[in-house]
Amino acid sequence: MVATSLLASHEGTSSTAVPEPTYAFDVTQLEQLIELLQRDGYSVLGPTVRDGAVVYGPIHSIEDLPKGWTDEQSPGKYRLKRHEGEALFAYGVGPQSWKKYLHPAEVRLWAAERKNGSFRILNNEPHDERPQAFLGVRACELAAIRIQDRVLLEDRYRDPIYGERRRRTFMVAVQCTGTGAVCFCASMGMGPAVGEGADLIVTELVDAAGHRFLARAGSERGRAVLEELKATPASSADLNTAQAAVEQAARAQTRSIDVEGVKKLLYQNFEHSRWEQVAARCLSCANCTMVCPTCFCTTVEDSSDASGTCAERWRRWDSCFTQSFSYIHGGSIRTSAKARYRQWITHKLAAWIDQFGTLGCVGCGRCITWCPAGIDITEEVRALREGSNHGNS
Amino acid sequence: MATALAIDPMLSQSYLVREVSKETPDTFTLRLAPDAGSNGSGFQPGQFSMLWVFGVGELPISISGDPAEHDQLVYTVRSVGQATNALVTRAVGEGVGVRGPFGNGWPLQAARGRDVIVVAGGIGLAPLRPVIYEVLNHREDYGRLVVLYGARSPRDLLYRKELAAWARQRETQVLVTVDYGGMSWRGHVGVVTTLFKYARLKPTRSVAMVCGPEIMMRFVTRELENCGLSRSDIYLSMERNMKCALGFCGHCQYGPHFICKDGPVFPYEQLRTLLEKYEL
Amino acid sequence: METLERIIAEHPFFADLDHGFTALMVGCASNVRFKRGDYIFHEGDPADTFYLIREGTVAVEIFAPQHDPIVIATLAEGEILGWSWLLPPYQWKHQARALDNVRAIALDGKCLREKCEQNHDLGYEVLKRFARIIEQRLESTRLQLIDVYAAK
Repeated sequence: MVATSLLASHEGTSSTAVPEPTYAFDVTQLEQLIELLQRDGYSVLGPTVRDGAVVYGPIHSIEDLPKGWTDEQSPGKYRLKRHEGEALFAYGVGPQSWKKYLHPAEVRLWAAERKNGSFRILNNEPHDERPQAFLGVRACELAAIRIQDRVLLEDRYRDPIYGERRRRTFMVAVQCTGTGAVCFCASMGMGPAVGEGADLIVTELVDAAGHRFLARAGSERGRAVLEELKATPASSADLNTAQAAVEQAARAQTRSIDVEGVKKLLYQNFEHSRWEQVAARCLSCANCTMVCPTCFCTTVEDSSDASGTCAERWRRWDSCFTQSFSYIHGGSIRTSAKARYRQWITHKLAAWIDQFGTLGCVGCGRCITWCPAGIDITEEVRALREGSNHGNS
Repeated sequence: MATALAIDPMLSQSYLVREVSKETPDTFTLRLAPDAGSNGSGFQPGQFSMLWVFGVGELPISISGDPAEHDQLVYTVRSVGQATNALVTRAVGEGVGVRGPFGNGWPLQAARGRDVIVVAGGIGLAPLRPVIYEVLNHREDYGRLVVLYGARSPRDLLYRKELAAWARQRETQVLVTVDYGGMSWRGHVGVVTTLFKYARLKPTRSVAMVCGPEIMMRFVTRELENCGLSRSDIYLSMERNMKCALGFCGHCQYGPHFICKDGPVFPYEQLRTLLEKYEL
Repeated sequence: METLERIIAEHPFFADLDHGFTALMVGCASNVRFKRGDYIFHEGDPADTFYLIREGTVAVEIFAPQHDPIVIATLAEGEILGWSWLLPPYQWKHQARALDNVRAIALDGKCLREKCEQNHDLGYEVLKRFARIIEQRLESTRLQLIDVYAAK
């Protein structure tokens, strides 16, 4: 699988080390974990039910977690649903991703004041936000964060805003033991088993034996936390159950993208009748790019106050689905919806590999659920492949 | 923990306008010098800066000055919108924010010892002028210099006096054409590709550097190939929407390339199949 | 006429043409000179000649009332001026003006087209060569038409 190898190669973590031991803890200890993180100065952020969806927000205690909730997702559709049982992490990913904290939708880059016909930059405002702890990072989301790391931290330039937030973030990953209808992370090699990069990797188990969590450290910080929680070594039965559940989640996925040769497929089908068909459905609303955990594009907006003495520059999320995105004097380059959809999917599945050495899609399925027209990226790739003369070469 | 929200190269440096000169009815050349507290910077021919006007906005603008002059940065700006208009109407002494320089620049190392063919269309001569300065400043390091320049009409020609002066330099050929000539115009009329037949070229020992509207560059590259230049000796400077110049904003993507950090100058070989794609 | 013969024989337009034919062309070629500002031909004049420019620049123009003549293209050393002699009604459709003192070789188009009628192999060769020139000028005119440098 191309995706796996590409992603694995960039981390460079040694695989020859002694396997990290897995521990078990209960709900009370999860509560303690939250308290412990708060004590250490972290804002704990995680899934919570708001506005009819599981979104990410401050978690003060386990009461804030979506206990008793799951969801139903399909192209263009998302509904919360009650479920029986104690599980806190039985939901599929909602409309938001962690990029709202690491690569915020709006950030003030700097302010300036006018001074003798010129200006003075006033950027040195202290960044006094507390470090963040993410509770409930899914495998696909962790993969997305690492993809954004590659773009924003490991290329020619380093984004200091992302870098500072990222550096101070503690990540508790929670593996999926169930799968949503729009998920296809397994085919992308991005999940549902959690890969490298989290401080703690947790699997939630709820069965006759009770409600418990298996946890393995992914960093020194994670190890210290587990020690303080006084978690006990996990039983081999639990380890097997957890592994089976994650494997079952992978098998249960009904959607997939065949990543073999996908770059070539996209590059070779710049002209394809499918683009017209998808463009006829696409509203260019940009939802897919807003919900996408890897989409990183931004614009800058300069503004000044009414007196013209203070100016600010803000960076905001932008989308390749807007006409203005490709505007150069005289007009936009990509005026048609066809060209914009093609740019988006070609970037995700082809150009990204050339640019950053990984795919730009993790298979989270958000773009499928949150597309008001129900456009399904997996279906589009399949249609291209089936209608292509070159796709299987 | 107190940390700066943003550091270089996201921050504009304050420069002051030293001189604004009118090149054509809509195009101006600005000379900027670093304000007290700003660091001056050198540049490679072909690089660009992000120029910011207080409260108006920021734009990528190619550096058009002499790379040997370290105390100033020179830009030639065509007023085509709000931000460019704000730039060209700066008064002497007013401030302009400068970020950069960014981008890779022209392949002057690869051009050493070889003939340099400069093909420019319209405002495209601006990012190529530093190449001409560089070659003339280090005459022994390069072979012949051939400048082929096309503009819309005689009044749209940039750097007219310099074009005439360059033409008098040894081992230098300067050919100029316009698409629309009036009765008083005694030079060539026709698109820039029509100049190739008058150019004295040694295709196998030349490097061509091309900048202008994309349509013009497509035709020029074909003409250069017809003349016998290999694709790997032809370089083009590209333009796309650009917000950050750092590879973060995503706007300047052109197929697999980011114009800001992989370009703006690319070997033709890399762009050939992309240039043929509409709405890429 | 030795120089004339050499120039004609070496010009790309005549390259690989039948030797006898080239000799014939040399026979009906003459050196001509135009002073700066001279008209080489006017619109509507009979077109029986074409020119191989040796020195100087010629403007091909079209005129319109209330306007200065519009220069469509300039042609200079080594280029062929004029193809109206090739096709009926054998009249110039534009005017040509010398921008400098111009030296050229005038070639008898009337004689050439009669030869082409008699010898279609020759006619095909000549048409191919002119088609190439016409194609290049059309391409160039198209690009001018696009007005690539205009502010939008």
